[in-house]
Amino acid sequence: MAISRRTSLLAAAACIAALLGWTPAASGQERMRVVASFSILGDLVREIGGEYVDVATLVGPDGDAHVYEPTPADARALARAGLLVVNGLDFEGWLPRLVKSSGFSGRQVVASEGIVPLAWSEPGGGHEGHAGHGHHGGHDHDHDHDHGHDHDHAAGTDGHRHGELDPHAWQSLANGVIYVRNITQALEAADPGHAAYYRQRAGKYTARLQALDTRIKAEFAAIPAQRRKVVTSHDAFQYFGKAYGVEFVAPEGISTEAEASAGDVARIVDQIRAENLAAVFVENITDRRLIEQITRETGARVGGELYSDALSGPDGPAATYEQMFRHNASQLVGAMRER
Amino acid sequence: MTLHALLAAPFLEYGFMRRALVGCVALSLGSAPLGTLLIIRRMSLMGDAMAHAILPGAAVGFMVSGLSLTAMTLGGLVAGLAVALAAGAVSRLTPLREDASFAAFYLVSLGLGVLLVSTRGSNVDLMHVLFGTVLALDDPAVLLMAGVATVTLNVLALAYRPLVAECFDPGFLKSVGRGGPLVHFVFLALVVLNLVGGFQALGTLMVVGIMMLPAAAARFWSETIPGQIAAAGLFGIAASAAGLLVSFHLHLPSSPAIILGAGGIYGLSVLAGPRGGLAGRLLRQPHLQH
Repeated sequence: MAISRRTSLLAAAACIAALLGWTPAASGQERMRVVASFSILGDLVREIGGEYVDVATLVGPDGDAHVYEPTPADARALARAGLLVVNGLDFEGWLPRLVKSSGFSGRQVVASEGIVPLAWSEPGGGHEGHAGHGHHGGHDHDHDHDHGHDHDHAAGTDGHRHGELDPHAWQSLANGVIYVRNITQALEAADPGHAAYYRQRAGKYTARLQALDTRIKAEFAAIPAQRRKVVTSHDAFQYFGKAYGVEFVAPEGISTEAEASAGDVARIVDQIRAENLAAVFVENITDRRLIEQITRETGARVGGELYSDALSGPDGPAATYEQMFRHNASQLVGAMRER
Repeated sequence: MTLHALLAAPFLEYGFMRRALVGCVALSLGSAPLGTLLIIRRMSLMGDAMAHAILPGAAVGFMVSGLSLTAMTLGGLVAGLAVALAAGAVSRLTPLREDASFAAFYLVSLGLGVLLVSTRGSNVDLMHVLFGTVLALDDPAVLLMAGVATVTLNVLALAYRPLVAECFDPGFLKSVGRGGPLVHFVFLALVVLNLVGGFQALGTLMVVGIMMLPAAAARFWSETIPGQIAAAGLFGIAASAAGLLVSFHLHLPSSPAIILGAGGIYGLSVLAGPRGGLAGRLLRQPHLQH
């Protein structure tokens, strides 16, 4: 009894010590500890830092950073870290409190600094579909009824914005290159001894991202503009859409936290019917049941899984930032070509 | 906007609206007698406790096989029944009263549920389960809800007399010699069954609302138990339709709209219900004073 009590006290003391950041000096610790707020940033740091950094990711693969609840292990990882990489643009609303409570004393870098931020789009995203609205009613109902109930009140659905700006900036490879530059500068400043190494890796990585960017742009450009239109389950692809000329329609509006209203779902259904959209995409982090309901309703196809805010696990199709882009682009291009 | 476009077109034109309505009607029919009996038995908060108790079961089901209706329903049922049994056992074998042992067990269960949810990372899917997706009901979910309502009404038809007898005189069944604890447990099992059936649609927290609010409102419209049950069923259906229409036309989230619809009916009943409503009392008072 007494022994177990003492050991548990010791364990508790160790936990507290760890929380406060008093780690016993790790012998010969060469790798710099870096914490990234979510999996995509973690991958970028790994690509640049290579063998000299030890990356911990707070919100792991397939996790949703919008609604994350930090654990004591996160606080411990943060307390030990020399560098914290965050997205910024109010994406990680839960992070400032964690930083404060963990006693983190290292540097913090905002990866999205220097990108051109997009404001949240108009409520409900681009829905020019209204033009064709009056015509679709007849084709599957024999009764004729008044379609005047449609969307004269489209305003007022943007309930869940975190901030004024859309944080999903990494969904454009051009922005990804800026992320890489910011992270590289931070790594160089935090660990000047290996600055040349980081710079060299970042250079190669940037070249790969830019080549991929060019390739994806060419692939989308080959598809007629009126076909570059798909439905996704949450509004995370504004930057992607702008960079590659794809129009995304999202039923749940701004954030994964918002519950859809019947009116929103009806609007998406109308739009799919009116514009005869072929494919509806689900994301790895959102509720696919609503999307499946929409496909039942409209006869559109489920186009496959897109990765928006989190990478897949190591064996999935989007284990790295590059793979995520390749995967998303090929899913989208495939669905648009099949029309 | 014509009346047709306002009330009928959303349901005629969209399959998801019809499914949502059918699911909610089934839920209202099954829950109405249970809510009424819970109120008569002074167990109004029991539904809330049981809804929390279901959480870890649903979470385990989700962890084992993802968003599977069967797995989460079974998990929820097992967890809910386990809490009901354990709480019943403790209250019968020890001096602790039933409400206290229910509070204890549901809190333990809730803690366990949150723990399990958290170990899954912060996967948003389960949050949607907790808040429900009445707009995403598919055929199996609607069938499940209809099946739950059918089982509930049939079992209640069989157990109605002993249940009502026990409501007013818990000693009666004991003195006749048998069945008291059994009837009580069957009743709790039905409550769990309805909550599990309903959380697919309204979420574990909101589903209690469709059980208790119409029943509480019905208390102001009838003095007999059958009358209250009928009124509660009607109110539940009306609240479901109204909530879905409000959600459709005003772009508001559906399950809170349905619960607030039921809340509105409750508010009206408190004010203007013929059996004990505030308006009736104010009107009668001067008459009595003369």
